[in-house]
Formats: sequence, C-alpha cells, structure tokens
Amino acid sequence: MIEVKNLKKSFGTNEVLKDINVTVKPQEVVVVIGPSGSGKSTFLRCINMLETITGGHVFIDRTDLMDKKTDINKLRSEVGMVFQQFNLFPHKKVIENIMLAPMKVRKLSAETARVKGLELLRKVGLVDKAEAYPDSLSGGQKQRAAIARALAMEPSIMLFDEPTSALDPEMVGEVLEVMKQLAREGMTMVVVTHEMGFAKEVGDRVLFMDGGLIVEENTPKELFDNPQEERTKAFLSKVL
Amino acid sequence: MDFRWDLIVEYAPLFLKGTLLTIGLSVAGILIGAVLGLLIGLGKMMRKKLWALPFRWYINFFRGTPFMVQILLIHFAVVPAFLDTTNGILAAILALSLNSAAYVSEIFRAGIQSINRGQMEAARSLGMTHGQAMRYVILPQAFKRMIPPLGNEFIVLIKDSSLAALIAVPELMYWGRAMQGQYMRAWEPYLTATVIYLVLTLSLSSLLSLLEKRLATE
Ligand SMILES: Nc1ncnc2c1ncn2[C@@H]1O[C@H](COP(=O)(O)OP(=O)(O)OP(=O)(O)O)[C@@H](O)[C@H]1O
Ligand SMILES: [Mg+2]
Repeated sequence: MIEVKNLKKSFGTNEVLKDINVTVKPQEVVVVIGPSGSGKSTFLRCINMLETITGGHVFIDRTDLMDKKTDINKLRSEVGMVFQQFNLFPHKKVIENIMLAPMKVRKLSAETARVKGLELLRKVGLVDKAEAYPDSLSGGQKQRAAIARALAMEPSIMLFDEPTSALDPEMVGEVLEVMKQLAREGMTMVVVTHEMGFAKEVGDRVLFMDGGLIVEENTPKELFDNPQEERTKAFLSKVL
Repeated sequence: MDFRWDLIVEYAPLFLKGTLLTIGLSVAGILIGAVLGLLIGLGKMMRKKLWALPFRWYINFFRGTPFMVQILLIHFAVVPAFLDTTNGILAAILALSLNSAAYVSEIFRAGIQSINRGQMEAARSLGMTHGQAMRYVILPQAFKRMIPPLGNEFIVLIKDSSLAALIAVPELMYWGRAMQGQYMRAWEPYLTATVIYLVLTLSLSSLLSLLEKRLATE
C-alpha cells in the first residue's frame, strides 16, 4: 500500500530524513513516535508530497511519487491527511468544508456532496454542527470535522500528524474514539502520536524515530514493554 | 478681507462637473488598478525568480517615482507615441490605474501571504490543484483582509487625481485653478476644493469602517 525506500529529505544543509525504509500493508495501523525534531512530520508530509523528496522513492499503491508522469493531485486525493492545527477553512461552514473537495476535485454535484457530508458528520458525531462556522467549534469538534473532511474524498490511506496534541485533555478521547472506529473499519493509517493507549489498542506496529532514522520498530506491546535500543528506552522513560 | 460667496456660486456648476470627473477618474483608477494589481501581484509571487523580475521592476518604478512624473510622462510621451495625439482623460486614467496597480499588487501579495500556510496544505492534501486552492480557499480569505488597505489606496487615488489638472483634465482642481486665474483670488477656489476633497475622502473612510465592522461580526 505504502512503500518507502531509502527516503531522504534535507532542508538546505539540514538532513532531516536520512534513510527511511517502511512498508505499510493494506488495513495496517502504523504508529510513529519519537522526540521533537526527529522528522516525524516531515516523514508524513513526504508521503503526501507536501515536501519535495530529496532522495529515494515513495510508492502509493505501486505508483511512484517521484515519477514525473504521476498525477500528484489524484494520488493526494486518495491519501487523507489530518493536521495538528486542524486547518479547517474558516470562511466556510463545516458542511461546506467537507463538500468543497468532492465537488471541485471529484466533480460531485452539490446535493450528492451534501448527503455524503452529512453522513460523515453523523459518523463523527457532528451533524448538528453542519451549518456552524469552524471558529465556533471546540478543538475536539474541529478535529473531528477535519477528519470528516479528509474522509469525504474516500481515501484509501489516512495520515494523522499529532491529531490530539493541540487539544485540551478532556477532548482527546472523542477524537481518538473516531480514529479507533476508522481503524476497526479497516482503514490503512499512519499516525504520529504520543497516545500510548491508542497505539496499544489499535496499532499493529510502532516505529520509533530519532535523528531522521527509524531506530526501532515492533508491535506496540514488544516496543513499549521490551525496547531493545538505548535511545528507545530513554525516550519511553520520559513519555510513559 | 471679504469672502466672495457669489464667485463660488457662479463656479458651482463647474465644480460639480469637476467633482464628478474626479470621482470617475478615481473609480476607474481603482477598478482597473485592482485587476492589474492582482495579476502583477501573482506575477511577482512566481517561483521562477527570473519571471518575477519584470513585475518587481514594475512595482519599483511606480512606487519609486513621483506620480507627477508618471502622469506627465504618460500624457506627453507614452500616449502620443501610441495614438499620435494626446488625450488628457485617457492619460489620467492610465496613470492612475498603472500607479495604483503597483500598490494594489503589494496589498494582494501581503493579503495572500498573511493566510496561514496550513490552509494551502490542507487544500492540496485534499487533491485540489494550486489554482483551485487559491481560488476557493486562499483568495476568499485574503480578500477580506485586503479591503481596508484597498480603501486607503482608493483615498490616495482621489487625492492623486488632482494632478490631472496639470494636463488640462477638467476635474475638480482644474476648475479651482481656472477660477483663480479668472478672478485673481485664492481663498474661494482652493477652500472650495479643499472642502469637496475632504467630503469625498471622509465619506469614503467612514463607509470603509462601516464595511469593516460588518465583516468583523460575520
Ligand atoms: N519547512 C522547513 N524548513 C526548514 N527546516 C524544517 C522545515 N520543516 C521542518 N524542518 C526541520 O526539520 C526537522 C524535523 O522536523 P519535523 O517537524 O519533521 O519534526 P517532528 O518529529 O515532527 O517534531 P515535533 O514532534 O516537534 O512535531 C526539524 O529540525 C525542523 O527544524
Ligand atoms: Mg511534527
């Protein structure tokens, strides 16, 4: 589903990703953890081509992102992304946020897009906020709306970059609940998060990143209970 | 010193005509300037530095030289070179539009760049092209922020249009100078012009603050 081979990314002389190799199988939930600045966000953003890759290859469904013939917009519409800062469109109502891309990219009619949008809002528990503007929502509601917006493109992969880090503690649960439900439905997911409970419950694999490398990877249970690398141990002792 | 109200009354129809022309020149200038300014602003933001260069220099030229030089150059040199004749109103509209386009392009650029980078990324991650993201996500938000500085530019334009009197365009200032020439009096023509300019600019700025309040509560 996702295949990352020898991925390298530099900003100027700063080599942020050094040599990343990851394969994500269909329906797999991969959790990425690691200290600040280790390159987790950059890794996710490379999968979605929000950053230009400096070296190596990323394949989505066997299509090479680096290939000049690849239609990046089409590929992107199949990979949903959820951001730490939500990035809802503040000038549009919640339902319009969700309808916009299906209408403009997939050319759905307004009615079809609305019906689908309301269905997704029901799924994330926000139907009653359909006509509200994002600024009037709580953080947890914003993030659930953002998830619904990404799902409206019917992606086969969802990327989450610290989706709960900007939330007040009492709102973390409602967002994780939506993500868990997605995982149970078989969505392929790559999730950067420090929510260990989430990782243990739905994660198939955990990658520990540090200094632009994947230092260790294992099942959540093995990695958390029995880390092999010193750096992993040091990091886990700080966050657990 | 006596104040000759009767002269003002005599000139009132001409001042009225002049005021209408002043408004017309300014409106034409801001409208054409806004369209040109958007294009120039987008041009200056092009990633290829070499392509952006002409737009940068356009802006440098119009912001870095006095408007008086620009209007004289356009009236006496540029327009005759293309039309074989002079035309004051055409030259004035051209000068005002080209000049305001330079300022408007900077207003557009600042407005667009003030929108959080995450907005573009969210739009792109949903599969929108750069153009779609601009049109449906970035520009509508940026435009709201551009209204106050665009209003200021409009006010500047109203004042700058008085220089069209230099090329014999019969706008407000032209009639002020005509009145002074005819009667050798200074207070009456220039105070009248002052009051009219003030009414124009002050009503425009109160209109703008109303508009700003409306947009803020939305
Ligand atoms: N657009 C950019 N330009 C220059 N340097 C960047 C850019 N984005 C990220 N970096 C650098 O890349 C490195 C990795 O950043 P990244 O955001 O991927 O880390 P992270 O693991 O997501 O950290 P955090 O947990 O704080 O989100 C950092 O040193 C950062 O300063
Ligand atoms: Mg990050």
